[in-house]
Amino acid sequence: MRLVRFVLARIGFYVLVVLIGSFFALPLLWLFTAPFHPQATLSVQLPTEPTLANFAAVFRNTFAVRALFQNSVIQAGGAMILTTLVASLAAYALARVRLPGRDVLVYVLILFSSVVTGTAAMVPIFLLIFHMGLIDTHLGVILVFTGGLLPTAIFIMRDFVAGLPRSLEESAMVAGAGSWQILRQIVLPQVRPGMMVIAVWAFVNVWGGFLIPFILLRSPEKMPASAATYSFYTEAGTPVITLISAYALLYVLPALALYLFVNWRYGFKFFGGIKS
Amino acid sequence: MRRDQVALLSGRVGFAFLSPALAFIILFLLFPFVWVVMISFTDRTLLGASAVSPQFVGLDNYLALFNPARWMRRGEFGYSLYLTLIFVAGSVAGQMGLGIVLSLLFFRREGPLKELMYTLVTLAWILPEAAMAFTWSAFFERDAGTLNAILGWFGLGPYDWLLDYPLLSIIIFNIWRGTAFSMLLMTAALGSIRPSYIETALVAGASAWQRFRDVIFPLVRPQFWTGLVLITLWTFNVFSPFLLTQGGPAFQTEIVAIHTYRVAFRFYEFGRGSAIAVVVMVINLLLASVYLISQRRQGVRS
Repeated sequence: MRLVRFVLARIGFYVLVVLIGSFFALPLLWLFTAPFHPQATLSVQLPTEPTLANFAAVFRNTFAVRALFQNSVIQAGGAMILTTLVASLAAYALARVRLPGRDVLVYVLILFSSVVTGTAAMVPIFLLIFHMGLIDTHLGVILVFTGGLLPTAIFIMRDFVAGLPRSLEESAMVAGAGSWQILRQIVLPQVRPGMMVIAVWAFVNVWGGFLIPFILLRSPEKMPASAATYSFYTEAGTPVITLISAYALLYVLPALALYLFVNWRYGFKFFGGIKS
Repeated sequence: MRRDQVALLSGRVGFAFLSPALAFIILFLLFPFVWVVMISFTDRTLLGASAVSPQFVGLDNYLALFNPARWMRRGEFGYSLYLTLIFVAGSVAGQMGLGIVLSLLFFRREGPLKELMYTLVTLAWILPEAAMAFTWSAFFERDAGTLNAILGWFGLGPYDWLLDYPLLSIIIFNIWRGTAFSMLLMTAALGSIRPSYIETALVAGASAWQRFRDVIFPLVRPQFWTGLVLITLWTFNVFSPFLLTQGGPAFQTEIVAIHTYRVAFRFYEFGRGSAIAVVVMVINLLLASVYLISQRRQGVRS
């Protein structure tokens, strides 16, 4: 009786795992087969003669190459650097300065950032960037992303700064080191893992972000890959599947690589359950 | 004075370090929050006379949104709120349900199968939405799509998912996209349960369902509610179904985020778009307050 129950439980377990696993895996199959198929369609067909011709076609398309290797890199890289620097400075200051109610402050900030979302703020953000003269510029996209990511970035960074021992900084201060010196030579090396986390997180967020560049950019020369994915159509208006599939895979790869790297190096950790 | 209250930074330097962050937050968070309310009382557009000197129109934009004669028509605000309600309810139920099932399936289990499953679910969450949406439109496609191919083995279909069941399709897409959060949250919650509690229940001969109902769930209830409220808040603001359906066909998937975009940017009616945005923010604010209150309660209890 116990054995029967055990076997049934095992069968139930595997049935559920296969069902749920299929739900998550099957939609992705196309992305990993179609790019290598010479006549890729929307169906999943194992390429009998795998080819890299679709990728070659992507690389011949200047618009596609510029969107992926220039615009997306500039926008995601710029927002990554800016977010990491500004958040690290702020998190350090919040941890080391005497400020009543600073915990509440960060908490309110983060909730506030989930109230003023891209959906709610698209009109004023657009108008703000419009009046700053930054419509259709990389800088506009970078600034808006940084503003949106900062509260969460500060929140994550605080965890890392809070774990630092104060004694090192205290002795440096006694020895006469200035604040900037302490920050650069003592604090920075210790919070590097935290900065890595923020950097990866910010990069992946901006790399995949669609709404903000979609609203703020106009000329095809500035479009990042997220918007470019939707622009490979024939003159008749049908999507060029060979091109799109290869492009989508190339576009996904950096995020995939970063995930695998972080997972392998640190284990995919979970910071207060915040993604974007 | 507690040791950690001694300032390691002077107020002046501290402020200098904080000021870039403050500037960003004021400019891109506080200012839009105030400004969108102000714009919502005007007839502001992008071009033309009302762009240069927008007129104050009082509550006109709001009255238009809630005009009982038409607000529930397709493509109007009320209808999009109604769609959003279904979309959020379906997504949240699916994501929480799957997240709990996954975390329980692999509770106190390690190994490559768990690694594989968690990687798959997490990738669905973090890979770029534009690529994922296109991949899903291939999956849903009527003639060539993988979903219909599989259903075909069982003699079902083919269905034109995005045309005939558009709302269901974007709900399924969104569940797929977001389950990782509740899975990771519930896994962390289950991991914090003391093993002795479960062993005691096992010794007492409790069935799996009894163990879940009487021991496990009460212990993870706080995280469950946290997840529920946060997912509701996020899902309410989700824009990515736009990449799958553009809000169509015939406005059947025009959830609030997409509706806001269409009103504000297809016709550049910023006044009306802002009024929608203000309503969205009020709902966000309510959800955030529910979250805060639930957190406070937990704080008191523990």
